Amino acid sequence: MLTPEARKFTGSLGAGLERKRPWSERLHVDLPLLCALVILLGFGLMVLYSATNQNLPEVRRQVSFIGVAFIAMFTVAQFDVRWLKLWAPWMFLGGVMLLGAVLLFGEVTNGARRWIDLPGLPRFQPSEVMKILVPLTVASFLSRRVIPPTFLQLLACITIIGVPVVLVAIQPDLGTALLITVAGMFVLLLAGLRWKWVFLALTLAVVAAPALWVFYMDDYQKNRIHTFLDPEREPLGAGWNIIQSKTAIGSGGIYGKGWLNGVQSRLDYLPEGQTDFIVAVLAEEFGLVGIMFLLTLYIVIIGRALYIAGVAQDLFARLLAGSLTLTFFVYVFVNIGMVSGLLPVVGVPLPLVSLGGTSIISLMTGFGILMSVHTHRTARIGY
Amino acid sequence: MTERHILKDHNVERRVFLSRLFIGAGIAAVLVCVLISRMVYLQVEQHAYYTTKSDSYRIHTLPVAPNRGRIYDRNGILLADNKPSYNLTVVKESARSIDESLDLLATMIELTEDDREKLQGRLKRRPVPFSSVPVRLNLSEEEIANIAVNQFRLPGFAIEAQLVRHYPQGELMAHAIGYIGSISEEEMKTLDPVNYKGTDEIGKIGVERFYEDILHGTVGYEQVEKNASGRIMQVLSRTDPVAGQDVVLHLDSKLQKAAVDSLGEFKGGVIALDPATGGVLAMVSKPSFDPNLFIGGISRADYARLSKDKNTPLFNRALGKYSPGSTIKPFLGLAALDTGLRTREYTVSDPGHFHIDGSSHVYHDWTWWVNRSGHDLVSLERAIYQSCDVYFFDLATDMSIDTMHDFLAQFGFGRNTSIDIPQASNGTLPSTQWKRDAMGQPWYPGETVNSSIGQGYTETTPLQLATATMLMANHGKWHQPAMVKRLGLNSPDIERTSEYPDIQVQNADDWTFIGHAMSEVVHKGTGGYRNTGTAYPYIAANNPLAYTMAGKSGTAQVKSMPADFKKSDLVPEEYRDNALFIAFAPVEDPKIAVAVFVEHGESGSSIAGPIARQIIDAYLLDESGKLKPEFTPPAPLPTAPMLSASAP
Repeated sequence: MLTPEARKFTGSLGAGLERKRPWSERLHVDLPLLCALVILLGFGLMVLYSATNQNLPEVRRQVSFIGVAFIAMFTVAQFDVRWLKLWAPWMFLGGVMLLGAVLLFGEVTNGARRWIDLPGLPRFQPSEVMKILVPLTVASFLSRRVIPPTFLQLLACITIIGVPVVLVAIQPDLGTALLITVAGMFVLLLAGLRWKWVFLALTLAVVAAPALWVFYMDDYQKNRIHTFLDPEREPLGAGWNIIQSKTAIGSGGIYGKGWLNGVQSRLDYLPEGQTDFIVAVLAEEFGLVGIMFLLTLYIVIIGRALYIAGVAQDLFARLLAGSLTLTFFVYVFVNIGMVSGLLPVVGVPLPLVSLGGTSIISLMTGFGILMSVHTHRTARIGY
Repeated sequence: MTERHILKDHNVERRVFLSRLFIGAGIAAVLVCVLISRMVYLQVEQHAYYTTKSDSYRIHTLPVAPNRGRIYDRNGILLADNKPSYNLTVVKESARSIDESLDLLATMIELTEDDREKLQGRLKRRPVPFSSVPVRLNLSEEEIANIAVNQFRLPGFAIEAQLVRHYPQGELMAHAIGYIGSISEEEMKTLDPVNYKGTDEIGKIGVERFYEDILHGTVGYEQVEKNASGRIMQVLSRTDPVAGQDVVLHLDSKLQKAAVDSLGEFKGGVIALDPATGGVLAMVSKPSFDPNLFIGGISRADYARLSKDKNTPLFNRALGKYSPGSTIKPFLGLAALDTGLRTREYTVSDPGHFHIDGSSHVYHDWTWWVNRSGHDLVSLERAIYQSCDVYFFDLATDMSIDTMHDFLAQFGFGRNTSIDIPQASNGTLPSTQWKRDAMGQPWYPGETVNSSIGQGYTETTPLQLATATMLMANHGKWHQPAMVKRLGLNSPDIERTSEYPDIQVQNADDWTFIGHAMSEVVHKGTGGYRNTGTAYPYIAANNPLAYTMAGKSGTAQVKSMPADFKKSDLVPEEYRDNALFIAFAPVEDPKIAVAVFVEHGESGSSIAGPIARQIIDAYLLDESGKLKPEFTPPAPLPTAPMLSASAP
């Protein structure tokens, strides 16, 4: 049941064939982005091997996740993003239903209901899918209208963002809820949301924060804030992680202690060294040089992604690509900021490096979207 | 769905988007700079600080306790050893829950309430976090196997092989060598905290305590790398500890055993000294206790049992003070001759009782209670071998308490003259000064009378009596009593010079004279009732000696009571007289000096005397009852004392 609009896009596919395209574009792969991703993933595996105390099975598992993630990326890249724009409302609706299902039938781990086990599919967190679906839907909504958005449109967007955010927040998973909000907000901001509303929202957030503290946040979350403000308050308790990660980073120095020579993680002083705190392992073993190398890779990836967003041909693609890129940057910043003691501890893995399949697959899906944006351009000059 | 036609200005859209994208990129760039400067701050500025911090987490210096020096007797028999023991230890930080783990352990090994209580104490005293603390000592092989199988359920717990003190002779040597026990909080304050870092136990009493510094050794160190749960991952460096020095005692285990056996069921104390060195050949106190109980901290129940026992097994009777009774007489006899107050020929007529002029108080000779008579005419020699009280009562009328004090002080009475037995009592050697200081009262002449037969205020320890007897045997040559013969199994004996001057008497032959009178106590058996040595019937009469033995009995009153009642069996044990006997042998060339104290033994001559002989026999004689070759004089030459008689 294709809309006339969709029919128009399918037609344009044929138009693209008039120009001779390089093989990578025909495979819908962006070479610079792919190279940077491969180097980052390789480097990440190297660090992970050390962080898991040379646990080869664990690393192999990660490699297979990366394999799945690449397949997801290539698959998504084959679809023209305009399809996504059309299907966005339906996918969004499905996602929200999944979130509802999680709340009703989800598996409880660590006191939170986050996972769902559908027959025939591996266990996954629907909230993770929402990190892509929310910006996708907001972009789809806004790109059908004239930007900058009107106040009514803004309210509609806030509803699109708010429904899944609330559903995720009551799992409870405040971290993911915040990241979903951020991803949706980036679309609004990129769509030219008026500054006065931005500042109004910021003021509201500042006012609402104490209320959030009193009525919503659990003790463990408050504790994280306390600990962030003063890690020495509980050096063997909640402050332990951050003290140990700073020690690992600081003792690494400029050149590091060398691969596999980091003591903080090898001797189990650094908790979560394979997951959220992996950058501390990297910093200890590869020093400031390693950190600079890592940041350079991220800058290349983000830079290329921003370029893709900048040269994208229609508003939906731009908004989606820009939002995904900025969200990706937020992950990087929040994770490194938290591990180095700049930000409170929130459960954000280091993108593409930390152990864990869900995060890598969803991120690579995002890059698949970016590659799709870039390789499905039509040669319509003048736009 | 209806087609909506919207007019879109793509250029405006693009401009709006790009400007926002640039702002986003700009903010991102700033944030990247923040991250970089944070990293530079941590990794360059703070690098040294965090390197130290990282090392302080993982690198730990562990003390390695030195092996404690062993204690040997003079013949190389082990008295205190270190025995490997498999101990269950726990690192508190690594254990899940001490109480739960202990409950689990109780199903695998024997674990008493007492063990749990001790563990709590040790956990409290633990010097540093992450150090292992013993839970139970001496695991059996079966228990080790039980734990090994369940090790995974017991994080933090481990089996460690450790050397622990062991006293193979048990009760026999307890009072002689003492014991070690858990370091108390008091002791902790005075110890060198560095050298005792790895040590849990310390000498509590006896040789173990006095030679603590020598026996302990010097602590070693191990630098180890520990992981976060406190497990040692690798040893980075090691400084070996220096083991404590072995110590060889003068003590003769066989003699010690003989002394214990000869006391039989009696309570009491024995000291035997080597006259050539002052070395303590035997130090016995009965009843005794098993010093092994104190290893690893004595249990509350055991300690209560020992400390509340009315027979006071923890008290060392060989070092306790008691009235010497008549054993003091030979020394006062020598004083009488030396001060010129009496000649050898001077005699006293003893009707069996005595009173000081101007006083109505009557003092009775011990013979009075036997047959309502005295000793008739008594010379000093007879006054000693017959133990005549009246002779010494009479002496007390001429000799002041201060003269007695000064003369007896030369023999070490009234103070602890030992080299290495600080726990010995000083006893009491009364004088006018002493009484003024101790009681704020003047001295009364009647008190001198009591002192002249070793009653009243006078109190001596078996160690002091043995020392004085040795000095008598040595003709005044001083050697301070000492437990330790040498440090190190094969090193030469310690050369010691006495801090007390040798005792000089006007006429050196007086030594021989008194020694002879003392030998008559044991050997004179020819003169009928009046002329027989008091101990002869019990020591030599039926069982001739292979050597000459000089001795003196003492029967010291514990409680004053009506004389007739005293003879009866109705006297409760704790009020019965103490029995004492001092002796040395052979008289011509003394090899051993002995003091025997039998608590409530009632008779010095008949009870303590034979015990003294058995002890001397055990030392001087071989299995066939002949003098051991090393104690046989080379040829029948004139004895040394006779030669020295011509000295000024």
